Amino acid sequence: MELFTNQVLAGIATGAIYACMALALVMIYQAIDHLNFAQGEMAMFSTFVSWQLMQWGVPYWGAFLLTLALSFAGGIVIERLLFKPLAKAPILTNVAGFIALFAIINSVAGLIWDFTIKQYPTPFGSSPFLGSQLISTHQAGMIGVTMLLLIALYVFFRFTRMGLAMRAAASVPESARLVGINTSWMIALGWGMAAAIGSIAGMLIAPVVFLEPNMMGGVLIYGFAAAVLGGLTSPFGAVIGGFLVGIFENLAGTYIPGVGNELKLPIALALIVTVLVVKPAGLFGRPIVKRV
Amino acid sequence: MSAVQEVVTDAPAVEAVPKRALTLGIGTSLTVLAALILAPLFVKNFIIFQMTMLLVYGLAVLALNILTGGSGQFSLGQSAFYAVGAYTSAILMEHAGMNYALTLPVAGLICFIFGFLFGQPALRLSGVYLALATFALATAMPQLLKLGYVEHWTGGVQGLVVTKPDAPFGLPISQDMWLYYFTLAITIAIYVFSVNLLRSRSGRAFMAIRDNEIAASAMGVDVALYKTLAFGVSAGITGVAGGLGAIAVQFVAPDGYTITLAIQLFVGMVVGGVGWLPGSIVGSAFIIFVPNIAEGISKGLSGAVFGVILFLVIFLVPHGARQVALVAQHLLGKLKKS
Repeated sequence: MELFTNQVLAGIATGAIYACMALALVMIYQAIDHLNFAQGEMAMFSTFVSWQLMQWGVPYWGAFLLTLALSFAGGIVIERLLFKPLAKAPILTNVAGFIALFAIINSVAGLIWDFTIKQYPTPFGSSPFLGSQLISTHQAGMIGVTMLLLIALYVFFRFTRMGLAMRAAASVPESARLVGINTSWMIALGWGMAAAIGSIAGMLIAPVVFLEPNMMGGVLIYGFAAAVLGGLTSPFGAVIGGFLVGIFENLAGTYIPGVGNELKLPIALALIVTVLVVKPAGLFGRPIVKRV
Repeated sequence: MSAVQEVVTDAPAVEAVPKRALTLGIGTSLTVLAALILAPLFVKNFIIFQMTMLLVYGLAVLALNILTGGSGQFSLGQSAFYAVGAYTSAILMEHAGMNYALTLPVAGLICFIFGFLFGQPALRLSGVYLALATFALATAMPQLLKLGYVEHWTGGVQGLVVTKPDAPFGLPISQDMWLYYFTLAITIAIYVFSVNLLRSRSGRAFMAIRDNEIAASAMGVDVALYKTLAFGVSAGITGVAGGLGAIAVQFVAPDGYTITLAIQLFVGMVVGGVGWLPGSIVGSAFIIFVPNIAEGISKGLSGAVFGVILFLVIFLVPHGARQVALVAQHLLGKLKKS
C-alpha cells in the first residue's frame, strides 16, 4: 500500500509537468481550433530566453516576468505574421505551417544556444517537501503554480469582459463580430496567452528535464495525451488530465511487468487512441455537435 | 463555449480537387517516363541510388495523397506503415530466405491489414484529432520495434542488414541500376493502379466523402467502409514503398522510421500539391534534396531554412507543384497561340 501511495505521489509530481503543457495546448485550441504542433518548441524557446536573461544577471523573478511578457508579444507576432494569412486556408495548410514553425524554432535555438544540456535554476529549492522523499519543494511549487494559473484563467474567462469576448469569438465568430468584437485580435490574443502559458510550463519543467532544444519532445506527446484525456475544450480537464496521465504512467511502470522506460511513448499512444475511441470529447470536454 | 459547429461555414479539412486535375496528360506522362528511364544511363551509381530513393519516397507520398487528397483524411503516421513494410521485407528476406521481389506483396498485404485495422478507431476521428492519433502512432513505432519480445526478429536497436539483390538473368548492369529499374517498374504499376482507383467507383466514393461526408452517406456511400478502405490502400502502398526502401538502403533500424519521416512525407504531399498524384514525385524530390540545399546554405540553420522554404511554398503556391504546373501549361498555351 505504501508503494502505491508513493507512486501516486510521484505521478502527481510528474503529472504537473504534463498539466502545464496540456493547459497551454488547450488554450490555443480554444482560440484557433487547431492543435499547435510547435507549442512545445515555442515553450522551449521562451525558456532559453529566460535562461539567457539570468545569464546576463537578471534575478529569477525578473527574468520570469520579462520572459512572460516577451513570450506573449512573440505569440502575437507569430500569429499576425504567419498564421493570420492562413486563417481561411484548409486545416492541412495550417498543420504544414505548424511543422515549418517547429523546424525553424528548433533549429534557431540550436544555433544560438547549441545542443548541450544546461542546468536551470528553480526558485523553490529542491529539498524534500514536508519530509517526503518523493516530492521535492520544486515539484510542489510546480503543482501550486499550475493550480494558480488554472484559477486565474477560470476567473479571466468567467468574469472579465475580455474573457467573454474571447469565448464568443472562438465559438460563434459571426455573431461575435456582429456585436462588435474584433475576432481577429481575439485569436492573436489567444496565441499570446498560449505562448505565455507555454513559457511558464517551460520554465517550471526545465529544472526537471534540463534545458536543451529537444527537451519538449516527450513532454509534448504526454501533454497531448493529457489534453485529449481531459477534453480539448476544457482547461480544467487538461490539468486533471495531466495529473491522471502522470499517475497512470507511474502505476503502469510499477505494476505491469515489462513496462519500463522504453514503453513510455507507446503507453501515451495507447491512452490517446483509447480515449479518442471510447470518449472522443474527453473526461470534461463537451461533445461537439454539428449542425448540418 | 457553445459546442455547436456550423458545418457549412467551416473551412474544409482538405480543399476539393476536381477529378480531371488528378493526373497529367498523355504527352507529358510519356516525356516524364522517358526521362526516368533514360536518366540513370548517364549518371554515377550514387545518384542512381538517390533516384531510387526518390521513387520510393514518391510512392509513399502518393499513398498519403490517396488518403488525404482522395478521401480527405489526415495522417502524420505514415512512417509507422513504412516501418512495418520495411521490417516485413527485411525479416522475410533475412530470416525466411525469401526472394526480395516476393516479399513486397507480403509487405503490402500486411500493411493493408494493419492500416485497415487502424482505420477502424480512426473512423471516429476527423481533422485535428486524426492528425493527433496518427502522430502518436508514428512516435510510438520505433519504441515498439525495439521491444524485447520481438527483438529476435527485428534485431532490436541494432536493426537488420539486408543483402542487395544482383541483377537477374546475368544482365550486365550494376546492382544499383537494376534496383532502380525494378523500383521504377513497381512505381509505374502502382501509379497506374492509383489513377484508375481514383477514377473508379471507389475513387468517386472517396472524393464524395472528402467533399461532404453527410451528402455522401445520403447518396448511399458506405462511409465507414470506404474510409477504412482508403486507410488500408494507403498503408499497403506505403508498406511496398517501405520494403523497397529497405532493399535499397540495405538496412532497417528503428531510428530510421521516426516521426521525422512521417513529417517529411506530409511535407512532400503539401509541396507536391494535395490530391495531384504526379506531384508526389515533386514532393519526394523536395524532401530528399531541399534538406541538402538547406545544409549547403547554412549548416547550423538547415532546419530553419527548411521551415522558411516550407512557409514560402504555403504562402506563394498553396496548391504546391500542381499550381506551378497549371501556370506553366497556361503560359505554354499562350505561346502556341501567338
